[in-house]
Amino acid sequence: MTATQERPSEEVEREIGRDRRRKEDQRLITGRTRWTDNLTLPGMLHLAMVRSPFAHAKIVSIDTSAAKAATNVVDVFTGPELGETLGVNINAWPITPEQVTPTHSPMPADRVAFAGEIVAVVVARTAAEARDAAELVDVEYDELPAALDLKSAAADEVLAHPDLGTNKSALWVFDSGEAGTGAPVEDAISKARADGIVIEREYRQQRLIPAFMEPRSVVVDPTGEQYVMYSATQIPHILRFALAATTGVPESKIRVIAPDVGGGFGGKLQTTPEEWIAWAVGRRLGKPVKYTETRSESLVSAHHGRDQWQKLTLAAEKDGTVTGLKVELLADLGAYVAIVGGGVPVLGAFMFNAIYKFPAYHFSVQTVLTNKTWTDAYRGAGRPEATYAIERLMDELAVEVGVDPLEIREKNWIKHEEFPFTTVAGLEYDSGNYEAATARAKEMIGYDELRAEQRRRRESGDPVQLGIGVSTFTEMCGLAPSRVLGQLDYGAGGWEHASVRMLATGKVEVVTGASAHGQGHETAFSQIVADRLGVAFEDVEILHGDTQVAPKGMDTYGSRSLVVGGEALVRAADKVIEKAKPIAAHLLEASADDLEFTGGRFSVRGTDQGMAIGEVALATFAAHNLPDGVEPSLDSDATYDPVAFNFPHGTHLCAMEVDTETGELRMRKYVCCDDIGNIINPLIVSGQVHGGLVQGIAQALWEEAVYDESGTLVSGSFVDYLLPTAADTISFDIDHTTSPSLTNTLGTKGVGEAGTIASTPAVVNAVVDAVRHFGVNDIQMPCTPERVWRAINGAGAGGSTEGAAMPHFGEAEASGTSEGGGAMGNQEQPGTSSTEGAGA
Amino acid sequence: MIPVAFDYVAPTSVEDALAALAQHGDDAKIIAGGQSLLPVLRMRLNAPEMIIDLGKIESLRGVRDDGDAIVVGAMTPHSVVGSDPLVAEHAALVAKAIEHLADAQVRHRGTFGGALAHADPAGDLGAPALALGAEFVIQGAGGTRTVAADDFFVDLFETAIGEDEILTAVRIPKRTGWGAHYEKFVRVAHQWPIVAVAATVRVDGGSIAEARIGLTNMGSTPVRARAVEDALAGQPATEDAVRAAAQQAAAGTDPPSDLNGAADYRRHLARVLTRRAVLAAAGAA
Ligand SMILES: Cc1cc2nc3c(=O)[nH]c(=O)nc-3n(C[C@H](O)[C@H](O)[C@H](O)COP(=O)(O)OP(=O)(O)OC[C@H]3O[C@@H](n4cnc5c(N)ncnc54)[C@H](O)[C@@H]3O)c2cc1C
Repeated sequence: MTATQERPSEEVEREIGRDRRRKEDQRLITGRTRWTDNLTLPGMLHLAMVRSPFAHAKIVSIDTSAAKAATNVVDVFTGPELGETLGVNINAWPITPEQVTPTHSPMPADRVAFAGEIVAVVVARTAAEARDAAELVDVEYDELPAALDLKSAAADEVLAHPDLGTNKSALWVFDSGEAGTGAPVEDAISKARADGIVIEREYRQQRLIPAFMEPRSVVVDPTGEQYVMYSATQIPHILRFALAATTGVPESKIRVIAPDVGGGFGGKLQTTPEEWIAWAVGRRLGKPVKYTETRSESLVSAHHGRDQWQKLTLAAEKDGTVTGLKVELLADLGAYVAIVGGGVPVLGAFMFNAIYKFPAYHFSVQTVLTNKTWTDAYRGAGRPEATYAIERLMDELAVEVGVDPLEIREKNWIKHEEFPFTTVAGLEYDSGNYEAATARAKEMIGYDELRAEQRRRRESGDPVQLGIGVSTFTEMCGLAPSRVLGQLDYGAGGWEHASVRMLATGKVEVVTGASAHGQGHETAFSQIVADRLGVAFEDVEILHGDTQVAPKGMDTYGSRSLVVGGEALVRAADKVIEKAKPIAAHLLEASADDLEFTGGRFSVRGTDQGMAIGEVALATFAAHNLPDGVEPSLDSDATYDPVAFNFPHGTHLCAMEVDTETGELRMRKYVCCDDIGNIINPLIVSGQVHGGLVQGIAQALWEEAVYDESGTLVSGSFVDYLLPTAADTISFDIDHTTSPSLTNTLGTKGVGEAGTIASTPAVVNAVVDAVRHFGVNDIQMPCTPERVWRAINGAGAGGSTEGAAMPHFGEAEASGTSEGGGAMGNQEQPGTSSTEGAGA
Repeated sequence: MIPVAFDYVAPTSVEDALAALAQHGDDAKIIAGGQSLLPVLRMRLNAPEMIIDLGKIESLRGVRDDGDAIVVGAMTPHSVVGSDPLVAEHAALVAKAIEHLADAQVRHRGTFGGALAHADPAGDLGAPALALGAEFVIQGAGGTRTVAADDFFVDLFETAIGEDEILTAVRIPKRTGWGAHYEKFVRVAHQWPIVAVAATVRVDGGSIAEARIGLTNMGSTPVRARAVEDALAGQPATEDAVRAAAQQAAAGTDPPSDLNGAADYRRHLARVLTRRAVLAAAGAA
């Protein structure tokens, strides 16, 4: 039992579980805050980047003389001119010892490897003058053939980096037979081929763009004793370490500040060429410099996400009991191996088996270099891909066996009484109850009535068909136990740090190493500390995002802030209480053993004597009367290294109407029942679930980064990269079951990525379910009306978009002539599908 | 992003605006609501040296009754046109199209004349203007001329407006009592149409006496679906009759292929959406 649970309820209302409005929203929503781009330092100069229009080209020459001569231009630098001081952009997770990793100079000297790569930087007194002068930089390129299509790149037809001799970066394999966590998968597949069911599919995870609201921005101030970098980043601590490690500046001379940051979704989990260039230029000139990207630059050069082909083989017995799963991935790294890079698909490696009891499992991923924008983490990172694959496959299996998709899942999932359960991927799931979440979700959506309506529409040949999509997901989050990261060759640990400082006036300052960028940590963490110490919510201040204030941390991603950072907070607060206890005992003239701490008060058991923690803090500050040998400080730190990953789960159901005449989709209903353990703030949780759902639905229906055949990003503005707005979504019905996590004190599980991970397959399953009777078993994402229409009309998964892929803002508009913009569109063909073996 | 630097004038009369245009020639660009021009400038796809703002010319704003037509001033914002009672009564098709044009912010800045002068083949106002037989009032140094809708749209982003001319107003012949519907097909709400169909019909005793139909994004300019119009004349306003006529909706069109759909899919959409638009306009949907 925790201290808060022991507190008599009449004293103080518990903060945990209250739907507190977010305290940070006042300043964030009204704009009364400091985003990086708002910062103006004395004498600050502005940068503009000159970027390659070509996907792959030799840099023959760069003439900067005209730009240098332009009004108020201070200087122009190319890669060779900044030389060693530029440092390099690092990959922190070489997934195999043999990984082929191209050197990633922030500003290459001789060759560009993707369209959008920086070749020169202009420094001017205003941003507008820098931009104008950037157009005067004359770069002569010698175009090289570009490796663009993932499958052809994997065959080394054209090399993304000719000097490396291959595009294949790393092959990472997990095999349950070899790991001793299960049987060999090939045996299971052969057996199923003989007398069971084998489902073979190939699915495409399209390329996505994180599209955070605040474009990236960086300010470098080299004028103080410590060089300061302000950056719109998710990872100020990792950024500081990487700057020190690669640019030769001692870590002690570097201060990184992530001021309020407007969203990230993994897209700001990166150390970027722009940051490194600003750093080098600021140091060279000895003046503060600022660079803020445009939206167009953001779309083309901030890292992208997903982009995989997934080859899948599922073996089962005739009754639908699963016997084996084999996963072979091709993952597009883009032009460089980004900070997590090839680790993203590896984060999915342990999740394809999901909630099911597969006895045999094999996973491999081949990461591949191409001449496209680099890829890295995007909300869910690896786990959406895994969940998509397995949840689509379970629907296919249900069809083969001839049963309801929920029935096939129930047959194979881990039963609630079987927890803790060690999976075929070697992870121990601590808690969960798939039966309860599923029962609740079915009730919320009115499952049986919808199935009946679906039958009626099919029988009457209604032009509007109905589909019901299922996703019974789980994920691993709370990154991460440091020992596991070590085994996986990740370049850092996965702990988190917190400090609690008791101020003389009874207020509390809490420092966290997590780095919020829209999640609401300040509110949720205040609630935790308020309960733990028995102080008022308003009296707790959460400080973060500045390495001078929060010197230790591992930042925010992978749904880790609460389950790892929150635990550090709890432990630091508990240490404060432990330190306060002997002082309180001394002041109360009682034995420490007779004291109990509840509701923020130390009281002497069996008496009405007591004192509040604030009083102890004041007495400690004054230090007039402390026990001998006790230091005058209650402040405490904790660094917590998680013992295990954390496994939220849930059942998501989606009802989708399909207009079979046009392929148009209309979402009728979406319900989910997520089990994320104990909830600190239900309102914040709803926000995370709603936002996550929309992002996952957007992968299913709308978003795709498309390149033309010369390697230009066609979906290079929000006119062509379709982000949904509130007008495109419906009201979601969300609810929760509660199986507290057993691996952290508060019993919490991560929720930041759950909605995104779960919703994509629920939606695509719904679309396919609506039109399966037309012979459709796959529609490639995003399920555009055109693809749906083509699938209904017998053209397979509808993968190809014929003809010109022309951006809306094309050349035609610029010149006023009738010539179109880009050239060819997305030529990727859907994968082959085959189903063998017995079935209903 | 930051546009290339430019000079700016905001004349208060059409004459002054024309004089500025004459003076700066090729280097000048007119700005109305800026909702199409500013993105182009900010992406540096164009870099005029002089921007001539029509926003201060009062005579270019508003909707008025002109006997057998209504006249919409070029600088009237979409939001005003869309809620104007004269438009609702005599040119309902325009109001219907504006309901789905962009988002509220854009509808408050963007103008009727600006959208038509911009002549984006995916713009929502060209097809209604064409279907309604609008006339474009264009003023130049030599005076004012009127161009019929059929002659106004020349090509992608190209109209009959000369480089030294200004579109001052659009005359729309009254079609009082006609049913109207704009069927816009999009993937997300704030998108330009993949295909849209503007239909307005005069129903007489259960039959379609007259139909006028314009198609959006089915070629480099808005186009009339004349074959459908002809086939509909005199037909009963029934699902079967309209379906048969709508089969010809894509005849003679040359739709683009892009991320949102290949040409054959757009032709198919034109047929389906034409049926839906006509039935809705006839009150039979
Ligand atoms: C986010 C967004 C979404 C949009 N979605 C849609 C949509 O769904 N459907 C749609 O139809 N439109 C859409 N638009 C465009 C919108 O309708 C614009 O308002 C319109 O296209 C241009 O009108 P404007 O008044 O802003 O003209 P401006 O942008 O100021 O000018 C456009 C062009 O017309 C010229 N011009 C303007 N007025 C005159 C004149 N009187 N005489 C001669 N030349 C002139 C200008 O020189 C310029 O070349 C969207 C715009 C945005 C920003």
